[in-house]
Amino acid sequence: MNLQGILAIYIYEMNRSFRTLIQSLVSPVLSTMLYFIVFGSAIGSRMEMIDGVSYGAFIVPGLIMLTVQMQSVANASFGIYFPKFIGTTYELLSAPLSFIEIVIGYVGAAATKSFSIGIIILLTSNLFVHIDIIHPFFMIFFLLITCITFSLLGFIIGIISDNFEQLNIVPMLIITPLVFLGGSFYTINMLPEFWQNIALLNPAVYLISGFRWAFFGIGDVPIMTSVFTILTFTILCVLIIWRIFKTGYKIKT
Amino acid sequence: MNIIVSIKNLKKIYKNNLVAINNLNLDIFEGEIIALLGPNGAGKTTLISTICGLSSISSGSIKVKSFDVVDEYRKTREIIGLVPQELALEPFEKVINSIKFSRRLFGKKNDPIYLDNLLKKLHLFDKKNETIKSLSGGMKRRVLIAKALSHNPKILFLDEPTAGVDVELRKDMWDIIKELKKDGVTIILTTHYIEEAEMIADRIGIINNGDLLLVEEKQSLIKRMSIKTLKVNLKKSIAKIPNKLKSYKLKLDVTGNYFLYNYKTGLEKTGITSLLSDMSSIGMELQDIQTKQTSLEDIFVKIIKD
Ligand SMILES: Nc1ncnc2c1ncn2[C@@H]1O[C@H](COP(=O)(O)OP(=O)(O)O)[C@@H](O)[C@H]1O
Ligand SMILES: [Mg+2]
Repeated sequence: MNLQGILAIYIYEMNRSFRTLIQSLVSPVLSTMLYFIVFGSAIGSRMEMIDGVSYGAFIVPGLIMLTVQMQSVANASFGIYFPKFIGTTYELLSAPLSFIEIVIGYVGAAATKSFSIGIIILLTSNLFVHIDIIHPFFMIFFLLITCITFSLLGFIIGIISDNFEQLNIVPMLIITPLVFLGGSFYTINMLPEFWQNIALLNPAVYLISGFRWAFFGIGDVPIMTSVFTILTFTILCVLIIWRIFKTGYKIKT
Repeated sequence: MNIIVSIKNLKKIYKNNLVAINNLNLDIFEGEIIALLGPNGAGKTTLISTICGLSSISSGSIKVKSFDVVDEYRKTREIIGLVPQELALEPFEKVINSIKFSRRLFGKKNDPIYLDNLLKKLHLFDKKNETIKSLSGGMKRRVLIAKALSHNPKILFLDEPTAGVDVELRKDMWDIIKELKKDGVTIILTTHYIEEAEMIADRIGIINNGDLLLVEEKQSLIKRMSIKTLKVNLKKSIAKIPNKLKSYKLKLDVTGNYFLYNYKTGLEKTGITSLLSDMSSIGMELQDIQTKQTSLEDIFVKIIKD
């Protein structure tokens, strides 16, 4: 195990985000605040309580999920795509590092970043509304595994992409709509029946529901379904990464 | 001499079925500078890439210090440094951070004293805290070398280190390479500048179309292959070469004022003495003689063409 090597990648990636602190931290926090002002305060003041939770508090878990999922994908995909783009992957490949170690370095850094963003959003939300977390440890676990899984997904996208367009297309066309429609701002049973069934096909629904359960003890689907969904997704990403490693796909010539 | 890199029956076929390396065998000796000479597309970069782990091996094997580069890649890569052909560097990073990063990637803890000395040796010390994008091309090339040396490797690969570098910097680069050799580093460099191979290499390998055409000590290569030309200026011009001198295969100039005689320096007898005595026996007087040495370039062109 080349621990120094993993650490080198991890620290390098973390430094890169400190260099671009505004972009990495301030901008997701700021945009969440805007969501919060629009949905939480302006619209929320006209909304009824949902299952005994004020609308302002209700959207907090969804907002965090939405942000960490998109941030994880964006950070991890860019993290590995950039060296490919400027040609510095030669160094990763010629170092005494296994592919798994490279993945740990990049995915670890991307997940750390989005996890921190999630926590910061939680803390800032707390300035607007009072939030009690019923299952704090589960909340941390669920946030962490979501960050890791979506960072794995981002890593895969970064490896496969040949240009910036491809890098953006999957997040833009698939992940953003799924996450937005995943129930960040409403519960599924607020939808007409037909759309409720469609919504249940969206994996993001299960994740947001699970995370909301950690906060308020309520969710659109049973909590075990949410746990099952995220773990399936994690395993799927790990398998794809394993496959990429085995075939040397798009990394080695 | 100890063999430090041993390449056996190496074949590399790219995914588009292009055969870039064709059954190549090569032993590299510890402490030598070997220059791999070949035109663009010959397979030089591919060869380096298979040794360093950037390219998969289609068949055959490569051993570095008796470790297999695929099965025991951690052991082989630990002692290898690679300077790539392209100036691939993260533009926004500081020089020192980039070098620290490289060292740690290779599993070594930061060592400020070693890295400072390295920067000094490469005349980069005053650029230590500059961002890479502010450096000139020659300086960037040095940063790449510093990165490759950051983990103190035993073997250094330099892929076209002086391509696109001006004359002065090229001389600098050669000095750096010679210094490294003194430190005991084995150096494998690729180039398509013959002059470069001639200046610094101990041995020269010539690659073309994925084949290693020959590997030989530079001196003996030049000696063996070298053809010298003797130019004989005559006192009185002649219309044709006399029959007595036919066997020397002389080339008479159209003016009839001089002829050329080719001979190999590697041979015991050059034939010059007998040519001169045969000339005087038929009463030909010479005014002046000159000799011209074939350059490595001529040899290179000849080998590639054959
Ligand atoms: N990734 C690749 N995929 C397919 N063909 C390649 C690849 N890299 C190099 N080649 C081809 O392999 C041959 C050898 O290339 P290369 O090793 O770069 O030569 P050199 O370094 O001697 O100029 C060339 O014909 C080149 O086009
Ligand atoms: Mg090349």
